[in-house]
Amino acid sequence: MNIIVCLKQVPGTTEVKINPQTNTLIRQGIKNVINPFDTYALEAGVRLKEKLGGKVTALSMGPPQAAEMLKEAISLGADDAILLSDAAFAGSDTWATAFTLAAAVKKLGQTDLILCGRQSTDGDTAQVGPELAEILNIPFIAYVGIVEEIDASRMRVKRMIEEGYEVMQSPLPAVITVTKEINVPRLPSLRGLMKSKSAKITVWTASELGLDPSNVGLNGSFTKVVKIFTPQRTKKAQMIGGEPAVQAECLAVRLKEGHLI
Amino acid sequence: MEYFFSEEQKMIRGLARRLAEERILPRRMELDESEEFPRDIVDEIGAADLFRVFVPAEYEGLGGGCLDLCLVMEELSRVCSGVAISYAASALGSYTLMDYGSETLKRKFLPDIASGKKLAAFALTESGAGSDAGAIRTTAEKVPGGYLINGTKQFITNGGEADIYTLIVVTDKTRGARGASAILVEKGTAGFTFGKKEKKMGIRASATRELVFQNCLVPEENLIGRPGMGFILAMKLFDKSRPGVAAQALGIAQGALEAAFGYTRDRIQFGQALINQPVIQYQLAEMATKIEAARALVYAAARNADSSKDCTESSAMAKVFASDVAMEVTTLAVQLCGGLGYMRDYPVEKMMRDAKITQIYEGSNQILTSAIGLELRKRKAKTE
Repeated sequence: MNIIVCLKQVPGTTEVKINPQTNTLIRQGIKNVINPFDTYALEAGVRLKEKLGGKVTALSMGPPQAAEMLKEAISLGADDAILLSDAAFAGSDTWATAFTLAAAVKKLGQTDLILCGRQSTDGDTAQVGPELAEILNIPFIAYVGIVEEIDASRMRVKRMIEEGYEVMQSPLPAVITVTKEINVPRLPSLRGLMKSKSAKITVWTASELGLDPSNVGLNGSFTKVVKIFTPQRTKKAQMIGGEPAVQAECLAVRLKEGHLI
Repeated sequence: MEYFFSEEQKMIRGLARRLAEERILPRRMELDESEEFPRDIVDEIGAADLFRVFVPAEYEGLGGGCLDLCLVMEELSRVCSGVAISYAASALGSYTLMDYGSETLKRKFLPDIASGKKLAAFALTESGAGSDAGAIRTTAEKVPGGYLINGTKQFITNGGEADIYTLIVVTDKTRGARGASAILVEKGTAGFTFGKKEKKMGIRASATRELVFQNCLVPEENLIGRPGMGFILAMKLFDKSRPGVAAQALGIAQGALEAAFGYTRDRIQFGQALINQPVIQYQLAEMATKIEAARALVYAAARNADSSKDCTESSAMAKVFASDVAMEVTTLAVQLCGGLGYMRDYPVEKMMRDAKITQIYEGSNQILTSAIGLELRKRKAKTE
């Protein structure tokens, strides 16, 4: 089974601060890591390969330093890794990212399953996975918590939803995004670390993917980031005192006054 | 301090630390309370290739030596020395096989030890034979088809959990210490059962158990080295393994220092952090200095064990010094953490209980001190 796992390099903390002057992320002093949600996708891919045979290719679009993250993916069991890196890709929104990843998937040829994390911890959009499936015109299932059965032509999975789960079946190839319920990602092994140290990460540029620069990066993005800012806390809380019955009555009056009920 | 490790050794240390912090730390207290052997954690240590560090490359290992093992031991022991000793006991149980076993035996067992699929154990101690190892009574009688083993081994680390046991047994009662031999026995061999599992003061995640042999027939090819070599092999083994226990002690002491440092920095009394008191700073500084001295000696002894045949003295020195430092540092750490330090919710009392064994096993500090003295006299005699 040929499996592709899409990975994103993100700042290694969920408490990234924003520079109030420039409204950009302060990245200094923050170590970059594999997007934590993607580590579950990688582990799921590696486990499927161990069970069914085949190959796991780690795929990422990002700046040259994302190659280090892809080496880490190799230490964790990926057989191969490809970095899509080109100045033309800078400023990609989720669509342009998915569009670029899709070009790489097509270039790789025969693929049975594409795994992504449910979302990234920096952008938090959860859009690249579904957009990738859309562009490739193959089925998509989000929030997979368990792969119940899988063979070369189809799979049955449990998709985690708020109230429980849904059992879904899909032909392959397909794209799935996974949740952290799916596994506990392994630690690297010494052999894996040694292999990854000497691993060569293939880099593909826009021209190698046959992409027109006007369709990728900022040019190929439908959304534009106008401004990033920390929202001002404008909420003014009013505390309603008294017995519960009095509080409830008072609250109902206020809500009616505000035309909220 | 710079100890000039290779890139590979730094990688080993980094991975061992990560495994200890991510996989062992969350379970440390539970394992200490339940005294359950952490098979799943041992499996993870195996999956991380950490057992491979002490196995030669031709048997699926990474070909490292005593120093690489010490780096893993130090890092695992910093978090939980009970888990750490279960790891090191597998090395202890396989060194004799690695160094003196037949090619057939090595091919048969070492790859599974390297992968962590099988654990090993070493068995010398008996109820009547501790420091006086010459008093062992477990016999292996030569019979048609192999050796017939009878007797009971006591306090065996990894007992019941290991698949491969290296035993020191009496093969010739008439020859005293020269009548002992090393022999390998697999778990599941008829006549080999496990006795009492010990309840211990510390290192409670590790399994310590009796091995009972009743007419247990073992093939002749399981003999390691020549008959009569048993004690010499055991002594050589301990020369090589003692730096590992020294590294265990070092890791325990390091963990205790970090806990004490964290507590005294955060604990406010009389309006300021405890660490601001000169008396506290003095004690922390002294702990840190002694730990660093132990560390330098442990690494030097490990390097010596890897490169020199003559390492009895250096290995004994490292084990005695590091274990005494561990006992002193952990006792002080409990003191510095005060009432909280005495509580089982806080890790330092466990570290103090764990430290004690490092002064006792793999040669009590008393018998090793005598051995160091003996080496000194031998050396003096040679130069005179």
